[in-house]
Amino acid sequence: MSDQIRIGITRERNWREFFFQWEWILVGVLLLVIAVNTWISPYFLNFNTFIRTPATFLDKAFIVFPMMFVLILAKIDISVGSTVALSAVIMATAYNAGLPMPLAMLLCLTVAGIGGAINGWLLVKFKELSFVIVTLSTMIIYRGIAYIILGDQAAGGFPEWFSYLGWGEIFGVPFIFLAFIATAIAFGLLLHKTTFGRAVFGMGRNALASRYSGVNVDRVVFTVFMLNGLMAGVTALFLTSRMGSTRPNVATGYELEVIAMVALGGVSTSGGIGRIGGPILAVFIIGFLSYGMGLANLRAPIVLVVIGSLLIASVLVHRIRFRSKKKINSTV
Amino acid sequence: MRKVVISLLIVMLAMAPAAVLFASGSGEQDGAERHAFVFKNTGNPYGDKQMEGFEEGIVEQGGEAILRAPDQPTAEAQIQIVDQLVAQQVASISITGNDFDALEPVLSRAMDGGISVLSADSAVNPDSRMVHINQADSEMIGRTLIQAAYDMADGAGDIAILSATSQASNQNLWIEWMRTELEENPDKYADLELVRVAYGDDLRDKSVSETEALLQSYPDLEVIIAPTTVGIAAAGRVITDRDLIGEVYVTGLGLPSEMAEYIQNGATPYMFLWNPIDVGYLTAYAATALTSGDITGAVGETFSAGRLGEFEIVESGDGGTQVLLGAPFRFDPDNIDEWKDVY
Repeated sequence: MSDQIRIGITRERNWREFFFQWEWILVGVLLLVIAVNTWISPYFLNFNTFIRTPATFLDKAFIVFPMMFVLILAKIDISVGSTVALSAVIMATAYNAGLPMPLAMLLCLTVAGIGGAINGWLLVKFKELSFVIVTLSTMIIYRGIAYIILGDQAAGGFPEWFSYLGWGEIFGVPFIFLAFIATAIAFGLLLHKTTFGRAVFGMGRNALASRYSGVNVDRVVFTVFMLNGLMAGVTALFLTSRMGSTRPNVATGYELEVIAMVALGGVSTSGGIGRIGGPILAVFIIGFLSYGMGLANLRAPIVLVVIGSLLIASVLVHRIRFRSKKKINSTV
Repeated sequence: MRKVVISLLIVMLAMAPAAVLFASGSGEQDGAERHAFVFKNTGNPYGDKQMEGFEEGIVEQGGEAILRAPDQPTAEAQIQIVDQLVAQQVASISITGNDFDALEPVLSRAMDGGISVLSADSAVNPDSRMVHINQADSEMIGRTLIQAAYDMADGAGDIAILSATSQASNQNLWIEWMRTELEENPDKYADLELVRVAYGDDLRDKSVSETEALLQSYPDLEVIIAPTTVGIAAAGRVITDRDLIGEVYVTGLGLPSEMAEYIQNGATPYMFLWNPIDVGYLTAYAATALTSGDITGAVGETFSAGRLGEFEIVESGDGGTQVLLGAPFRFDPDNIDEWKDVY
């Protein structure tokens, strides 16, 4: 008995040590990105870059937080890009059909939340289905519905105040940046300070043990996927506001960018591991990296290759370190 | 051993951003005025030619040209590029819009910052530009293409349009004029039916599958009009591969270098285009005329465009102003050989 307690403590310290180091690696990479950007472009290092530029890449970052929960559960959700498109398209169509804008925005969030809830419900109800297949199906269906509604057209003409979401500033800080910080704090508390967060980690490590220890695992899965859909709706609001109009093909590939950010942030796809700081750093690493390469006017394919290489290198580092720790645990 | 691998990977991690340094090549020239051109997407030969012409026009005036294109033909990708250009304080931004309205917030911000903004080839709305550089009169392009289809179909049968993206404003305007031509001459076109407008998004694979879908759905299809260089080449390829030469004809707007094969084998009896190099070149001169204050983008102003001569700003159909390059040029088996090596 006392043996087991000792083992538990040892393990705890190992994990902490590991994450501490991983986040420092990310901080190092971020500083390196900033240094390289400053070197290759005289226009990079200034106040605007750090305060205003994030507004250009933060729209998809809202999904990063719930996606973290999904990955910690050792699952994945590739339907979020389509959810963004569907909720944006329905919002625009409803507004143009006469619904007042605040209600249309509420409808956007509702549709997105339902989209996520459907994923969650399918996974809970039909446990034999793989989460990849379920979210792949809804990814196709949601975008398909968006195309059925709008065809090949764009819809917009929103009221002037709606552009505030994507373009507005409070004391020179973009509103979207402040919203991102607030969301980060909320999800950070949810993940690290609540029983719900602990349940998510527990299920990621061992779903069966969680079930036997009285965690309502079905409700946790359902809630996490619904949150993922809901935050895709938030992304839809900000993206549509920045663009001033929307189309069924918006946010194509967002799911992959989001998953890339979460993975670079040190959240393991095999579940149970992750801290809120990693993905936040990853959002800024990828954001500033592509922004800096843009300032240097590099061709688009080069940007893709560099980000891809960064991702694979980070995942490999992570994998090897993770395996070494796991081995220690299993020998104990 | 593991430690070696880990440190190796960490070095790789660090190298990724550093690799940018080497890829970025030479730095910018000091003092030269910098003019940017943003095309719809990468991998489009027509766009490459436009950018080539733009660079030629800017460089011969002593400026520096920045050529950009996103990897996806979307407005959101172009918004990010424009943001980056504004941060670099370029003198002018010329853009081939992926969306008529969606670029307005970012482009008006650029203009507020003192940057001259103009659209070329595919327009953005009049509030987000100072002037639009148009290849040729849109009405003439639209009407000419329907007359060509009428001629190829011998006056009867189904015709379809294979366009770029559904938001491409230049293609949409031409399609509008094609419909007008059909509606205004109901007697002449009584037996000609426009069955569908398909969108290949200026992506080669999607254009090919949209063409296949058209052939499948409309067995009586006589002519495919593709008012985009990517679409017409894809349609020409499908018709040739499927052995449908002589049964289904392809016409529209194409690059002579890409279309020579299909013009010679009969898949495309003839087609049209202006010189995309000249579009870029004219845009370059309009951009410098705007930044120097010689013109403001108002109707009636004139400016000189190097080897192309004098141009006047005229009213355009969307409520803004534009500059017209000239009439579209017809390519057929008699002249394709002399043009296919030019562009």
